[in-house]
Amino acid sequence: MKHTISVLVENHAGVLSKVSGLFARRGFNIDSLAVGITEDPAISRMTIVVEGDEYVVEQLEKQLNKLIPVIKVKTLAPKETIARTLSLIKVAAGNGKRAEVMRISELMGARIVDVTKTTLTLEFTDTVERTETLEALLRPYGIKEIVRTGIIALEKGPNATRPTKR
Amino acid sequence: MVKCLEMEGVRVAFGYPGAAICPFYDALSGSSIRHVLVRTEQNAAHSASGYSRVSGKPGVCIATSGPGATNLLTGIASAYMDSIALVVITGQVRSDLLGRDVFQEADITGAAEPFTKHSYLVKNANEIPRIFKEAFHIASTGRPGPVLIDVPIDMQKAEIKDFDYDTPVDIIGYKPSTQGHSLQIRKAIEAIKSSSRPVICAGGGVFSAKARGELRQFAEQCNIPVISTMMGIGALPSEHRLNMGMLGSHGCVPANKAIRDADLVILAGARVGDRAVAAPGQVAERATIIHIDIDPAEIGKNMPAHIPIVGDLKLVLAEFIRNCIWEAPQEWVQQVTERKARYFEPNTQPVEGFVEPKLFMRALSRKMRPDSILCADVGQNQIWSANNFLIQDGYFLTSGGMGTMGYSIPCAVGAKTAQRDRQVCAVCGDGAFQMSMMELGTICQEGLGVKIVVMRNTRLGMVRELQDRLYCGRQFAVCLNGKPDYVSIAKAYGIEALSVSSDSEVEAAIDQMLKDDKPFLLECSVNPDYPSL
Repeated sequence: MKHTISVLVENHAGVLSKVSGLFARRGFNIDSLAVGITEDPAISRMTIVVEGDEYVVEQLEKQLNKLIPVIKVKTLAPKETIARTLSLIKVAAGNGKRAEVMRISELMGARIVDVTKTTLTLEFTDTVERTETLEALLRPYGIKEIVRTGIIALEKGPNATRPTKR
Repeated sequence: MVKCLEMEGVRVAFGYPGAAICPFYDALSGSSIRHVLVRTEQNAAHSASGYSRVSGKPGVCIATSGPGATNLLTGIASAYMDSIALVVITGQVRSDLLGRDVFQEADITGAAEPFTKHSYLVKNANEIPRIFKEAFHIASTGRPGPVLIDVPIDMQKAEIKDFDYDTPVDIIGYKPSTQGHSLQIRKAIEAIKSSSRPVICAGGGVFSAKARGELRQFAEQCNIPVISTMMGIGALPSEHRLNMGMLGSHGCVPANKAIRDADLVILAGARVGDRAVAAPGQVAERATIIHIDIDPAEIGKNMPAHIPIVGDLKLVLAEFIRNCIWEAPQEWVQQVTERKARYFEPNTQPVEGFVEPKLFMRALSRKMRPDSILCADVGQNQIWSANNFLIQDGYFLTSGGMGTMGYSIPCAVGAKTAQRDRQVCAVCGDGAFQMSMMELGTICQEGLGVKIVVMRNTRLGMVRELQDRLYCGRQFAVCLNGKPDYVSIAKAYGIEALSVSSDSEVEAAIDQMLKDDKPFLLECSVNPDYPSL
């Protein structure tokens, strides 16, 4: 099962390697990891998606908490979470195909951010599932390149994950 | 940097200089801090570990950049596994050259990352006071462990504007909880009171929490038998009526049967490693598990816990003492203590021309003072020591988690440096001795009355035993041929030494070894086929 974990860390050099090193040596499998600064520039938020059972998640939370620069760890409940990924997709769309690709793009709510004689590049921000749908729809035209960010996620509702540890 | 150490009350540092740490050493020469020059950097960390375990304060060790720093790694990793507070200082190349692979550059914070509680690479000299203060705080609070400070040479030479060591440590992500949760403590006490066959399993946490007194008081008050992990040996005196000895694959029958038969197990600062309990799930099926640990990550890691208590063992046990007015059923206590009586005397197999190692360890512990310190190495000698050397008010120091061969002698150097008035003895095999014998030089130079017992069986005995049992007796790469004369080696350093090869010589030899506070090496010829248990 996949779990999304939100981690507030001190915004220092080397923190990312401490966190990713922990995953490697404790044998946890990272699906994706996204990092960026928060409303407080001294604090970064990592959103980590891992594969594993309850034991793995519990251990992971505890081991993350042991890292000194880690301020707060929270596993997000799937139904109470907004999770998004950003993709850039370069599709072969030469003569005769461009209109079809544009129609799919419009239908799915993607933005066209680059056009050439032979390709279109789409920007798409949505859930993993919808991103996969878009990819499936575009595949017959020939996807030349894809880049995707790791998932970023926040809890629904007015509450915020605050930097108080445990 | 030196002033920071002075502000922390550091009296001794173990180290080995080199070019990249020279500015610090130059300043250290004008300080009252005593520097113990070891003979290889790994032993600086082991000695600092021995010092820390006996003094209860973080041990400090120092090395230069590159190979000096990488040589420390095994020592750092050993301390990490056994939760020993160390502050490790390494020199580093000039900060503007970092990453260029210049002479003696190694990414030591990167390399030590898996084995340190925390690490710093100093990039602004003004942060040195804060970093040092944090390092000592992190190393010695919560679950203790090694903290590394890597200091580029230009940072060592820089002038600091305002030296401020008074600002209290405040690390947003580090607030270890020490008070056990009162509801959990209440639940635990109820469970204890409704148990009929309780047992306490004491681990190394008893020592890090300085909770030996509380453990004893609680065990006596509630009449609960105590077993220990290897790291917990001596948490309760070996001959205490409630102490059932060490559990585990190399432990003793009374301890292993006690945990097997128990209906309630109190894990007190023990992480239940695989050598202590091979099938922790089975124990948890039979018994209610109360797990007390300062590190929340240990709870539920190796053994499922029914009642977890995160907190400082000393404080939690004090709560137990205050609120658990109850005594375990006498028939249970009788059952386990009778077993202890039956198995207390070691199962010995004397052989002509050799020293019986179990009898030797018993004799040694009877002759050493009650507060003496035994540093056991790794391998067969460690098991003979663990099961047969009786600890009273002293310490049993060994590399429990990492099982680092060569630990005992540098550990003894650190322990003796911390407490000169105690007898300190290192017991090792001829394998481990040859990994650390360069420290005879340190012992001489420092005039440390460290006693060394070499159990010479010309084998890597525990591996030999494994090959005999699991690899059809194909002994390979376990013979220590060449037969060096250890007595002559010791004498070359000016250390008095003696060799014995029969049980009848043992008593007199130990007397001679312990007659004064000078270093001594005693070589015991041991049968190469002798088993660990």
